[in-house]
Amino acid sequence: MPRYFEVTSIFNFTWDQVAQGFWRRYPNPNSKHVLTEDTVSREVKEGRLISKRLISKTNPYPKWAERFITTKKVFIVEESIVDPKTKTLVTYTRNLGYVKVMSVIEKVVYTESKDHPGKTVAVRSAWIDSQIKGFSRAICAFGYERFKKNCNKMVVGFNHVLLNLFPPQSGNGSLHQEATTRSKLKDAAKNASEHVKSKAVPIYASLHPNKS
Amino acid sequence: MNSIGTACNDLKKEYDTCFNTWFAEHFLKGNSDDSMCAPMLKIYKECVKKAMKERQIDVKEVEKDILGTENERKIPEQQGR
Repeated sequence: MPRYFEVTSIFNFTWDQVAQGFWRRYPNPNSKHVLTEDTVSREVKEGRLISKRLISKTNPYPKWAERFITTKKVFIVEESIVDPKTKTLVTYTRNLGYVKVMSVIEKVVYTESKDHPGKTVAVRSAWIDSQIKGFSRAICAFGYERFKKNCNKMVVGFNHVLLNLFPPQSGNGSLHQEATTRSKLKDAAKNASEHVKSKAVPIYASLHPNKS
Repeated sequence: MNSIGTACNDLKKEYDTCFNTWFAEHFLKGNSDDSMCAPMLKIYKECVKKAMKERQIDVKEVEKDILGTENERKIPEQQGR
């Protein structure tokens, strides 16, 4: 039973800042599981930047999954398209290998917020699927819950990077600046978690319309 | 961040630094000429490809284009959407 998940977050940064921060979002305090990150290909096509990166992560699985998965390291392919004219950044990530056991596909669309000028909206969609007979439902449920839990962590981690790259412009004293940054960081984290309102919807496999 | 291949780390750092400058100062400002970091990207990419092969990573699978093609997953139709 494939499952679909969608969540919208708002970043208190301009789209240009978010787009710059996207390439530098690792490492952050919430990304200790990310081991490596590489650019595999990159080109400009019709004014849009098209990139592909390979990321490796550790991804612990529950004990019962050990019969299907023998490695703790997973590779992720991240495709992205940056369109500076429409101010749109689209990312699409998929796991490499073990896709029959569990496939996690994530798409994020970052655009300028229409309601809040100077802020950026990120709409994150995820598809979690498994083709292991008899276990797919349990695996999907596990993957779905884990993804949901990690969403907020990802947003907070990204916010941390953005705050470091683009500290708020205020105060003259460095001490004041630092204090402001710290409290802003807290606010950003709070803001991020408040905005992570999940609209989680389980999808019933179209292949098995009679099963639920 | 580190590269998958330890031999590529320096090349990666050099390229990433160049890319981040190019992205902020040129690309986002409407200049899409990407020749500035191209020589660094070429050497770095070759290094990564070699490292992927050494680790038995399916390079073809990595290089597959999904985003922007019809193989992309679709957002399911929902009532009230």
